[in-house]
Amino acid sequence: MRLRIAFCKHGKVRFTSHRDLARIWERALRRSELPVAYSEGFNPRPKLSFGLALSTGHESNGEYIDVDLDPDRVDGLDIGGLAVLLTAHLPVGLTATGVVVGDRRMPSLQQAVTSCTWQIDVHDADPVAVQESIDRLLDRDEVMVTRERKGKEITDDLRPAVLSLAVVSPIQDGVRLIAELGTQPRGARVSEVLSALDPPLTEHKVLRLHQWIQTDDGQRTDPMTVTAGSSAPLEVSA
Amino acid sequence: MSTARASSDGPLWTRLEPLLPQVQKPARYIGCEDGMQTPDHGPGIVSWLMTYPDTYEIGLPNAGLQILYEIINERPDGAAERAYAPWVDLEALMRRDGIPLFSVDTHKAAGDFDIIAFNLSAELTYTNLVNCIDLAGVPIHAARRSDSDPLIAVGGHCTYNPEPIADFVDLVVLGDGEEVVGEITELLREWKRSGKNSGTREGVLRELSKIPGVYVPSMYNVEYDGEFLAAVTPRYADVPEKVEKRTVADLADWPYPKQQLVPLTEVVHDRLAVEVFRGCTRGCRFCQAGMITRPVRERPAEQVSRMISEGLKRTGYDEVSLTSLSTADFSGIEKVVGDTVSDAGVGQVSVALPSLRVDAFTVGIAAELQRARRTGLTFAPEAGTWRMRQVINKLIREEDLYGAVESAYSQGWRRMKLYFLTGLPTETDEDTLGIAELGRNCVELGRKHHKSPSVTVSVGGFVPKPQTPFQWFGQNTEPELKRKVELLKSDLRGTKGVQLKWHDTRASLAEGITSRGDRRLGAAIEYVWHHGGTFQEWSEHFSIDLWLEALAACGLDVEWYVYRHRTEDEVLPWDHLSAGLHKDFLWQDWRDALEELGLEDCRWTPCYDCGACTGYGIEHVVASATPPAGGSQGTGVDLSAGGAVPVILQPKRTTEEQTLATASPGAGS
Repeated sequence: MRLRIAFCKHGKVRFTSHRDLARIWERALRRSELPVAYSEGFNPRPKLSFGLALSTGHESNGEYIDVDLDPDRVDGLDIGGLAVLLTAHLPVGLTATGVVVGDRRMPSLQQAVTSCTWQIDVHDADPVAVQESIDRLLDRDEVMVTRERKGKEITDDLRPAVLSLAVVSPIQDGVRLIAELGTQPRGARVSEVLSALDPPLTEHKVLRLHQWIQTDDGQRTDPMTVTAGSSAPLEVSA
Repeated sequence: MSTARASSDGPLWTRLEPLLPQVQKPARYIGCEDGMQTPDHGPGIVSWLMTYPDTYEIGLPNAGLQILYEIINERPDGAAERAYAPWVDLEALMRRDGIPLFSVDTHKAAGDFDIIAFNLSAELTYTNLVNCIDLAGVPIHAARRSDSDPLIAVGGHCTYNPEPIADFVDLVVLGDGEEVVGEITELLREWKRSGKNSGTREGVLRELSKIPGVYVPSMYNVEYDGEFLAAVTPRYADVPEKVEKRTVADLADWPYPKQQLVPLTEVVHDRLAVEVFRGCTRGCRFCQAGMITRPVRERPAEQVSRMISEGLKRTGYDEVSLTSLSTADFSGIEKVVGDTVSDAGVGQVSVALPSLRVDAFTVGIAAELQRARRTGLTFAPEAGTWRMRQVINKLIREEDLYGAVESAYSQGWRRMKLYFLTGLPTETDEDTLGIAELGRNCVELGRKHHKSPSVTVSVGGFVPKPQTPFQWFGQNTEPELKRKVELLKSDLRGTKGVQLKWHDTRASLAEGITSRGDRRLGAAIEYVWHHGGTFQEWSEHFSIDLWLEALAACGLDVEWYVYRHRTEDEVLPWDHLSAGLHKDFLWQDWRDALEELGLEDCRWTPCYDCGACTGYGIEHVVASATPPAGGSQGTGVDLSAGGAVPVILQPKRTTEEQTLATASPGAGS
């Protein structure tokens, strides 16, 4: 039995890393006494899998974790009360918002998620000028960027991953943008997209609003819309 | 969804927050740990900032700091928060923007606390101490502070010779802090209530100096006779001539920490820790911790078991460390191990014994605990030959070590780590090379059980410490320590399975400079700090050249402070401070060391009158009067059957014989 848990990451705790988050979840799950399944072998680890890493310092309204449970110990489990229980065992700023029951056949979060929507606050920028630079970027057929990966320089096209990008409102000291950025085959990072603008921008605050799964027929769903085999979600709590 | 934050966020957090995306490991600065407290502050409440003068990941697990944090916060008149030294990247931004040192709990400025209390566990953090005081916006010299400045306090093992940092601190706490923090809080509460009026600081310091265990350096005059110290004497009749350490009589009364902090980011000891006893009477002569924390006070086994099970449940950790100076010596070890393993279920919880005794019995316990992952085990024989181990009173026979190693290899462990010291009193090259010999023999034992066993031989340069029998010993010179490391390197070259690791000999020199200095050394510490020498425990920031330059600039001599042997009649900088040990006991033990005479563990033999029990009217608190089975128990006698240790008292020598026993202490240096 596999649970998919949705959670938010807000406030001070956003400065924890993806690795930190894994440890935090392991401890919270142990404290909640949920019957988590453990791997076999000399060094048993809880069977957890995380979705796309959120950069250290970014906040999120839509994070997910998949947790395998020990099928022999799930009787009487109160799925409906789980989000509240888990939140009580998580640090301030991490809030479990929903739990759905899936199974081991559902595709992993890393494979399934195709894009994310981001809210990006930029300081010291003029809304009109920023929108103009965005338009220039979106008009281009390709946006070649060079980055370092595993010690090698790689140059590739960022443009296909920029699904949408626009100024939504002025904020105090700057502007707020909304972007939808693809994750596959090559994901785009918020900071990369901002530095590809001319003139380049630096993010002040970033909030992941959504993660999306686009199916082959073009339908877009949320990771909590779990399809076990082809059936509808089994149980949902919010 | 709103981005709600704790209501306690002050203006300092607002200024700090935009800097955090620009620094490494920003989670060091956010607090938010499970167990964190956000106490109320106010006129009737004394606020303490418990500070560790190194990074968050080193400082957070510090048990002493966490214990006092809880005890102070339990008081209606106390409030405690925590701070750690910001890493150099954040420090630069803080200095640029005028942001002071802050607490991680509510991000309150350090200067707003009544008292900033530092834990000093290592001498190389002294420059960070100065830096933190400066970052707090407090004058680094105690003499220049005004009534409104926080008091600067220090505690921890380094305070048994606080003279090198005496100019920077207002008060020093010797020994266990559990009781004395309350007494200090009460005194400061009245001072705070009275408004800390101009000119009252001196009076408060004088009152503080009367609290047992509290040393106020400014209440003492220091006189020199040429380069030698002549006397350290109280300035007033009501200030004690000698400050005695504090000792809690029974650990059972102090089941702390009750709410161990669970950090959100990785720290050095990221596990539950339960202190099983305090103090050690093995009597290893090089070991300052063992000398200054006497007597042995065990925690009742059932309390230990309860702290483990409740702690694991509360924290969500799957690992617990049973801490003490020699955990296998804990009388209740078998009960605790049994309880923990049966409680948690095999493989669910791992138990770490941070200091394994060298014998097969201990390995048996480790085997029970680590049913799952058996990678490496660490032992500390400390010296390479039996002769050398008699000198340092680490009475482990070769059979003990081989028994332990054989037992470990046969039960599935493949990697052994052996800790040694070099540069010990009377050490000859034969003793040094004995280290390599033990390493080779251990890996040979491993070949019987594994294809590629490995032994890591880790060697550190010995730094003599105050309040130990070796406090009179002249430290080996840095070139001499380096020569010994080279000797081992060339001897072990090409030996399959044995890896040699060594501590930077230059760091041992810097530690030597700071460990036995007097107040004149303060200027050198300030010089190093002023020239950017912070984070000296970190190899990328450590600079021996800076320390040597500082000594030269202050007219201080390395030879005199570090390398020279002290004589019996010399006034030592810490003679007015007491860990309970009689100076004549230490001197006798030093002479015994030079005569290669071992001294048995006094838990199981008649009292040697070291002073730690008799002086304070307390006793060892042990559940069992006989040692557990296994090996020689550090007695050098076969005790594999367990039971009583045969009592063989060293013959007491006459004064005449003692005068004759004045062989040169540093034969190998």
